[in-house]
Amino acid sequence: MLNRRKALKHSLALAGMLAGTGLFPQLALAFNKGAFEAKNMADALKALGVGPLTESKEVNITAPDIAENGSVVPIGISTTLPGVKSMLIMTEKNPATLTAQFNVTDSVDAAFSARIKMGQSSDVYAVAVMNDGRVLYAKKEVKVTLGGCGG
Amino acid sequence: MADPMRIRAQVKDDKATVRVLMAHEMEGGQRKDASGNVVPAWYIQEVTATLNGKTVLTAEWGPAVSKNPFLQFVVKGAKAGDKIGISWKDNHGDTRSDEATAT
Repeated sequence: MLNRRKALKHSLALAGMLAGTGLFPQLALAFNKGAFEAKNMADALKALGVGPLTESKEVNITAPDIAENGSVVPIGISTTLPGVKSMLIMTEKNPATLTAQFNVTDSVDAAFSARIKMGQSSDVYAVAVMNDGRVLYAKKEVKVTLGGCGG
Repeated sequence: MADPMRIRAQVKDDKATVRVLMAHEMEGGQRKDASGNVVPAWYIQEVTATLNGKTVLTAEWGPAVSKNPFLQFVVKGAKAGDKIGISWKDNHGDTRSDEATAT
């Protein structure tokens, strides 16, 4: 008979084996909870472990001037610079500032489009974290007529 | 299991523009239901994109990504017939993977 203790032991061993073979990619790609729960730009950047922001003309953000519906705001971020490690979308006045993080590899362009929710009118930042440690950004103010968080 | 994603990958020169539409509620955890209780957050946290099985992009999302998320990105060195795979995982641990052929 397989009792609870044995069953637990088995599942632990199995988990260990799976982890050993790298079948748990999610563990390696740990979701950075702290960064996504940070309430302001400074805390979010600190949780990500990246340095101070520098404004750059090489980073581009595409966003509407006025978003009638804050629950669907199309945002495009891109940069032409080489050596990008990751790109972030940050919405300054949202309950949590960090909206999305894209980890760039050599096989993709540092250009992404997505749709985000905005609680109120705010600056939206496109942030490029470079391999050499520089953190560049471009920002754009988006006016929101109807907020998309609460309600 | 969630509904399938819609993936389109169009090749131009040696790059493929990939557009993905995922079916997900993306509940932000800020909204209240009719009786005033906060609706718990339920959103996609991790997105992985592959080209012929090789990971080319990973992304982490917060709850502020819109419902039924749209994502567009460009894969270098892709040609017609290549397989573009997208998978996501939400904060409930639910996952979904879909694949499309670049044209």
